Amino acid sequence: MLCDVCKCNDASVFLTQILEGKMQKVNLCDACSKEKGVQDPTGFALADLLLGIGAAEEIEKGATSQKCPVCGFTQADFKKTGRLGCSACYQTFGEGLDSLLKAMHKGTEHVGKLPERAARQMQLSDKMRVLNDSLRKAVAEENYETAASLRDQIKRLEHEMAS
Amino acid sequence: MKFSQVMTNSGEWLRGEGPHHQVVVSSRVRLARNLRDRAFPGWAKKAERTQVLEQIRPHVEGLSEMQDSFSELLQDLSALEKQVLVERHLISREHAAKGVGSAVIMNRRQTLSIMINEEDHLRMQSIRSGLQLKNAFKLVDKVDSTLEHKLDIAYDQRLGYLTACPTNVGTGMRASAMLHLPGLVLSDLINQVIQAVNKIGLAVRGLYGEGTEAMGNLFQISNQTTLGEKEEEIISRLTKVIETIIEKEHDARQMLTQKKPDTLSDQIGRAYGVLTYAHAMTSKEALNLLSIMKLGVDLGAFPEERRLPIDELFIETQPAHLQKASQQKLNAEERDYLRAEIIRARLKLFPKPDMDKVAREREDQPPSDSNHHE
Ligand SMILES: [Zn+2]
Ligand SMILES: [Zn+2]
Repeated sequence: MLCDVCKCNDASVFLTQILEGKMQKVNLCDACSKEKGVQDPTGFALADLLLGIGAAEEIEKGATSQKCPVCGFTQADFKKTGRLGCSACYQTFGEGLDSLLKAMHKGTEHVGKLPERAARQMQLSDKMRVLNDSLRKAVAEENYETAASLRDQIKRLEHEMAS
Repeated sequence: MKFSQVMTNSGEWLRGEGPHHQVVVSSRVRLARNLRDRAFPGWAKKAERTQVLEQIRPHVEGLSEMQDSFSELLQDLSALEKQVLVERHLISREHAAKGVGSAVIMNRRQTLSIMINEEDHLRMQSIRSGLQLKNAFKLVDKVDSTLEHKLDIAYDQRLGYLTACPTNVGTGMRASAMLHLPGLVLSDLINQVIQAVNKIGLAVRGLYGEGTEAMGNLFQISNQTTLGEKEEEIISRLTKVIETIIEKEHDARQMLTQKKPDTLSDQIGRAYGVLTYAHAMTSKEALNLLSIMKLGVDLGAFPEERRLPIDELFIETQPAHLQKASQQKLNAEERDYLRAEIIRARLKLFPKPDMDKVAREREDQPPSDSNHHE
């Protein structure tokens, strides 16, 4: 079994933690377990490990008061449950989560299904970017007639994006 | 549709007609989805949970796939009924523990089940008999695409679908298959296979218990990661690995019939004898012996038409199914008596194992069958 962190050495330290009735396992090689400071697997929270010990310390130093503006969830809550509070938490705790996701997954970016709604939004925001560029250009060239027409188009697009 | 109809209708996946059903009992694909900027069920207060439930439920019930569906609030199901759904893999153990603010909706064929407010706002699962991960995915994917027009689903351009647990982020997809691997267990090869599969980033675990301790020789294999790989890639990778395991299982069975026919006859004979005559049986013993009977059908020791009763007993002898069928709460000892009674009744007219047929079928295997006639 390969180490979950470096994915190249054979794992020799096996950690299991029960979180809300679900078993989670982490397998580490000697080097990584030392690097992560895992000496006593029993007194050890999996979230800490996956967050990276460094990240956990940072959180404890500075960001313990960091709170999700949408749902009020804190880092401490995450450490307790291993779950997040709402979808906005991914943004709130972005940095710490990135190292966690890196350790857990194959990649760090989604390459799968794109919901139609998101696809449409992406299309519209691309269009918006083009319109805004043209508008800037038109204004710079003092081409006010074009600029006015572009502003109308932007307004319509904004409306479409909000719906 | 009422709960009693769920009980009497065994569900498509149990009838075992899918491809490779001798080794692959069922294939499941589940997608986790959430509403944008609403607290996940584990963090939401009761009022918000109920609100989310009320927002989602009509859209799920309105799906064309959910005509004549079974739709219940978790608080309106008895503990026993929840347990029956768990034993049928229609809801998770976690969901069965939920009360106010959670619901389950499933279709009549029991191929699609949607949990509202499990760990995520939506957990949509398709379950099919045999190796049909692609078909299972097709169904949930379609349902997901329909629902996303009605609900504001939390999706991030970089991270994909956002889930309560970071282990599900990205596709939000867990694809899994339940495998029956008595050949690999009896030949002591199972741990080797488990290790090899773990090495390539897939998870294998006993359905009940771990490794060689797995009851009923049933194992579940699934993808471990959800971010950085397309849904179709995950499924085809998993399918390929399962196909390899199926081959290994068949090889192991062939080895057993060739090199250890006496051990095999003994195992099948004992399973038949104990199941036919015992008067008390634990769930564990039943699963293990039924597994050997199932192997017996696969190998030809029992006629093919005896497959269904054996497959059904796997589920019918589970604790909640026993109690629901007998309309009473039973303690462990009473369950063991009832379990043995039900099995005896089912096996009453079962023919004795025909081990000569197993040997003949082995000889029929290529390449040594040119001048062999029945
Ligand atoms: Zn390592
Ligand atoms: Zn939040």
